Amino acid sequence: MTGRQTIIPFGPQHPVLPEPIHLDLVVEDEHVVSAIPSIGYVHRGLESLVDRREYQDFVFLAERICGICSFTHSSTFCQGIEGMMGIQVPSRATYLRTMWGEYSRIHSHLLWLGLFADSLGFESLFYQAWKIRESILDELEATTGGRVIQGVCKVGGVRRDVSNSFLSEMDDRLDEIEDEMKDLTNVFLNDYTLTKRLIGKGVLSKEDAYYLGAAGPTARGSGLELDARSTGYLAYGDIGFKPVVEKGGDGYARCAVRCRELFQSVEIIRRVITDMPDGEFFTAVKGNPDGEYFSRSEQPRGEVIHYLKGNGTKNLAQFRVRTPTLTNIPPLVSILAGCELADVPQIVLTIDPCIGCMER
Amino acid sequence: MFPYEPLENFEGTRGHLVFDPSKCTSCMMCMKRCPSQAITVQRAEKIWTLDRFRCVMCGNCVDVCKFDVLSMEREYAKSATPAERSVEIYEITYVKPERPKKETAE
Repeated sequence: MTGRQTIIPFGPQHPVLPEPIHLDLVVEDEHVVSAIPSIGYVHRGLESLVDRREYQDFVFLAERICGICSFTHSSTFCQGIEGMMGIQVPSRATYLRTMWGEYSRIHSHLLWLGLFADSLGFESLFYQAWKIRESILDELEATTGGRVIQGVCKVGGVRRDVSNSFLSEMDDRLDEIEDEMKDLTNVFLNDYTLTKRLIGKGVLSKEDAYYLGAAGPTARGSGLELDARSTGYLAYGDIGFKPVVEKGGDGYARCAVRCRELFQSVEIIRRVITDMPDGEFFTAVKGNPDGEYFSRSEQPRGEVIHYLKGNGTKNLAQFRVRTPTLTNIPPLVSILAGCELADVPQIVLTIDPCIGCMER
Repeated sequence: MFPYEPLENFEGTRGHLVFDPSKCTSCMMCMKRCPSQAITVQRAEKIWTLDRFRCVMCGNCVDVCKFDVLSMEREYAKSATPAERSVEIYEITYVKPERPKKETAE
C-alpha cells in the first residue's frame, strides 16, 4: 500500500467515548496503520489529598475516583487499611461487601453493553440495557442509600446492615432481572448484524495479551485465566470462584466474556444471600495506620491495586492506585494497528475505557 | 399522553442534610470530618453554615455528631443556577442547661 499517511485525531470529545482520551490515528486510505495515545485530560490529583484528610474520611474520596467502579475502589481501600492495621472484619460485613460488589459489577457491565450498542449505532438496544440497569440501581439505592456512589464501606466493616427478610426479597427479584438479561444478551451474541461487525475485528492473541499486560475481560477474552477473585479475598474464598474465559481474542469474545460474567455474578449473589452469616457488621477501630500494604481486588474492568503507606499519624503518607484501564492501553494500541477506520470506535470501547479511574 | 408520576426513592436514601439548631453544642466535629469541607461553624458568633452544592451527601457528619443534631432526609437536593447558589446560614439556638452546683466537702 503506497498511499500517503494522514493523521486523524480521535477524541477527547467524541460521541462514542464515555470519557476523554485522545488517539492520533495514522491512516492510509481508511486503514489504520498505528495509533498514538495521549492521556491526562481528567487528572484531578486525588492521590495528593491523603495528607489533608484523615484516613477514615478518605474512604469517601476514594469512592469518588470513578463513578462506575466506585464500590470496588472504596472496598479495596478499606481492605488495605484493615490489612495494614491488622483489623479483623466480621464475616457478615465481608459477605455484604461481596454482594454489593457483584451488584456493582452487573451495573457496570450493563452500562458497558449499552455504550457498546450505542457505538455500533444500535440505540434502542442501548436504552434496553440501561432500563435493566435501573432495576439494579434501585436495589443498590434501597440497601445502601446511593445509586451510583454507595457510601457504605468504612474501615472496620460496613455502615449499614440489610435485614434477612429484605435479602430474600432481593433474591426473588433477581429471577426477573436474570430473565431480562437473558433476552438482552441473546441479541448481543446472536444478532446477524452484530456478529458480522464484531467477529474477527480487533484480534488480540494470547501471547500479546500476556506480554502487553492486558487485564480483566480484555485478557480473559483472549484465553488468559487472569482474575483477582481467584485469590480468595472477601467471601470468594468460601464460595469458590472460576474465571470466565473465551478463546476468540476479538471484539465478539470480549463482549461474550462480559455477557457471561453477568450471569456468573447473579449466581454469586444468590450464593452469598443463602450463606449470609449472622452477627455484627462492623468493628471499632482504634489507632493509626503504620507500614505498607498492597491491596488487590477485581474491578469490572480488571485487577486494581491500591498501594497504601502509613507513618503512624492520622493521615496516610502515600496512596497510589493502579487501575486496569492504564494497563489495557498498550493492548489497545496494538489492536488498532491494521484495523479499518470505521471499526475504531467499537474497538476502543471493547477494552472498556474508564479514564476517570485511570488518571485520578 | 405518557402517564407521568413523580419518582419515588427509598426509605434509606441519602437525599439532603437537615440541621437542628436547638441541639448543636458547637463541638465542630462535623466541620473537621466533612470530606468536601461544606460545613463551617463559628463558635463565638453561634453560626453554622452549609454549602449545599459542596455537600456530597456522604453522611459522615451524621455518623460523627454525638448529639443527634444532623440527619438525612430522603428527598433529593434541589438544583439551582450558579447565580442562585449561596451558603445556607443557621443560628445556633442551643442553651446549655444549668446544673446544680456540687457541694464540696470541706
